[in-house]
Amino acid sequence: MPEGLLGQLEVFFTWQNALLWLRATGTTVAMAVVGCGVGFVLANLLVLVRTWPSRWLLPLRVLIVLYVEVFRRIPFLVLIFLVLFTTRALGLHMPLFAVACVTVTVTATAFIAEIVRAGYESVHRNQWESAAVMNFGRLRTVALVVLPQAWTVIVPPAFSYFVMFIKETSLASQVGVYELMQAGKYFNNVGVSPFLAFGTCLAIYFALSYPLTRVGWRIERRLAHRFRRTSPAEPLAAPPVVGP
Amino acid sequence: MDYTFQWGVALRYLPDLLQGAWVTFHLTFIGFWTGLVVAVFLAVGQLYGSVRLRRAISAYVVFFTNTPSLVTAFFIFYGLPEIGILWSPYVCVLVNLVLNAGAFLTDVIRGGVASVRVAEMEAAETLGFSMLQKIRYVIVPHVAKVLYAPISNLYIVFILGSALAAIFGVEELTGTAFNIASETFRTIEIYSLAAAIYVVMTVVASVVLALVGRLAFRVRARVL
Amino acid sequence: MAQIELRGVSARYPSGGQVLDGVSLVVDKGEVVSIIGPSGSGKSTLLRVLVGLLPPSAGEVWLDGSRLDYADRKALTAARARLAIVFQQFNLFQNMTALDNVTVTPVKIRREPKASARARGEALLRRVGLGDKLGAYPDELSGGQQQRVALARALALGPEILLLDEVTSALDPEMVNEVLDAIRDLANEGITMLIVSHEMAFVREVSDRVVMMADGAVVETGPPGQIFDAPRTERCREFVSKILRH
Ligand SMILES: Nc1ncnc2c1ncn2[C@@H]1O[C@H](COP(=O)(O)OP(=O)(O)OP(=O)(O)O)[C@@H](O)[C@H]1O
Ligand SMILES: [Mg+2]
Repeated sequence: MPEGLLGQLEVFFTWQNALLWLRATGTTVAMAVVGCGVGFVLANLLVLVRTWPSRWLLPLRVLIVLYVEVFRRIPFLVLIFLVLFTTRALGLHMPLFAVACVTVTVTATAFIAEIVRAGYESVHRNQWESAAVMNFGRLRTVALVVLPQAWTVIVPPAFSYFVMFIKETSLASQVGVYELMQAGKYFNNVGVSPFLAFGTCLAIYFALSYPLTRVGWRIERRLAHRFRRTSPAEPLAAPPVVGP
Repeated sequence: MDYTFQWGVALRYLPDLLQGAWVTFHLTFIGFWTGLVVAVFLAVGQLYGSVRLRRAISAYVVFFTNTPSLVTAFFIFYGLPEIGILWSPYVCVLVNLVLNAGAFLTDVIRGGVASVRVAEMEAAETLGFSMLQKIRYVIVPHVAKVLYAPISNLYIVFILGSALAAIFGVEELTGTAFNIASETFRTIEIYSLAAAIYVVMTVVASVVLALVGRLAFRVRARVL
Repeated sequence: MAQIELRGVSARYPSGGQVLDGVSLVVDKGEVVSIIGPSGSGKSTLLRVLVGLLPPSAGEVWLDGSRLDYADRKALTAARARLAIVFQQFNLFQNMTALDNVTVTPVKIRREPKASARARGEALLRRVGLGDKLGAYPDELSGGQQQRVALARALALGPEILLLDEVTSALDPEMVNEVLDAIRDLANEGITMLIVSHEMAFVREVSDRVVMMADGAVVETGPPGQIFDAPRTERCREFVSKILRH
């Protein structure tokens, strides 16, 4: 290890730098929160339309299935460039942060839609039937009966995806968003040792991800077996194993 | 909108993109399956090793599953030369992939082995199975069934994740798209084409994995 | 006047073969009709057709002299507003307490005032002997208790037509008598009832008419005295003699 490292510590750990890191951390978290938050709402809408029993919506349903399948299969890095250049071509000069948020939203919607659909499927058919016979209508059935039972199946994997997106947004540095990874690169560029620059980066990501993962486990354990399910939860087409 | 699509230009570069897709394929194929071998050893170590070994493996798993692979890649790419190790970008990215895949897969495998029910083990006990027989007839078949879907799924995740190699100048699919886009300025067309190739690649991978699973492990996997 | 009339109703599940095969049946207003028959003969399926969960593949269903059009959502909603069913598996909402199961439709769907719906719900649950279980979730209740919640839920809808599928199957003898009394009261109030049951003493006691089904078709229809003591068809005699021996 270079001997300069110890000497650098003093220069590196200043108030000003700490504030820079803090801001970068905020941006990283904000991208995941905004993207997954909006994605969660959109995913619920997609599943609602996808499961709506009307012949007229068939084309829309096909589009939704395609959307969900396709956008779970495009790398974040490629997608963020597509969003960037497409919005620019459309004459929308969105800030880079917004571009990143849109990208997270687009993928998160697809991923979470799969989770929500599996949640719907985990609720026994007889619950839908009871509601139908009592004239609940589709929206009320979902709001009063299905979601209150499905959310125990939806929340844990959705939360893991949220944690995954905190890490995934490090790729947003490639279009120039000033988030954690970008901060690491900046310090490396101005001469701070890569061990120090990227090490700090790693430490902060870890400090975000590890406790949140543990929170996720606790949520999962608490929600497990909340309702007796007359049918076992359908396995997800994509099990909620979450990547790097 | 002052952007005019020129799909013709983009399509002319299709062979180059496919060349890149080939690199993506062998990068992830080698990296992921090497990672799986590593993970099998680590999972065994974690289940049957000494306390110290278990702690070390846990630390490795927890570290890599809680940090972005992009940052560990930067760490390797810029850190190693500082201590005198000079690897090509491809090797750096490959090593990073193995390390990450190894960590995620260790976690998945450990969970799967832990799910072999006590009852099944006791049944094997009463039948007088030896340790090797237990592994051969009880643990491996059960674990293969439980793990097949999550491992297949992770493989897809890692194909997509390998796009970060582009940042380090590896000319895989995304890297090739980078280069072509900056030469031709047909950004939207080129990246769309690259995205389409990723979709096709991962669908093919899913289908092949589902078929292999059905034939080799009798796993009924949903293809899509 | 016939309140329910089935004319040659056939039905099949999407996944299976023909389950109902040309069932014709008339139920008058205020009449209590029981359906008996071996397991798998299509009794529950018949009730599913009536509540519109399974459109018939052939034949017609008439309610109060108008044909029920299963493709017309409005007509179906109107028909369901007059019906209530207790399913064989109870189908209580798992995420709601006993009281909420009973009051959710009156309050959220029919927009009745909360306080009166609640009071009525509590009274109904007390009537079926569950006054101390208002706040219990379905998975905290025994089968018989769930069945009684389901009955209270159906009664809370104030239906003109009540469909009961094996409503006494999970009840102890004491409770059977309570339910029997309740059903008699309802019959006196003029509610039309279609009851599926294996409990022959109960059927004999409560019904005006008994319908014997086998293999998705009606075998014999008649007053309880005829069906149980002097069945006219061989199939019915065989079935009745088998169950009465218990
Ligand atoms: N959801 C379903 N999908 C396919 N077939 C079904 C379904 N439900 C019932 N069936 C079939 O329909 C036939 C009639 O079933 P039904 O439930 O109406 O019988 P039942 O007379 O109510 O029997 P039990 O007395 O056991 O309740 C059976 O052969 C059954 O296998
Ligand atoms: Mg039945």
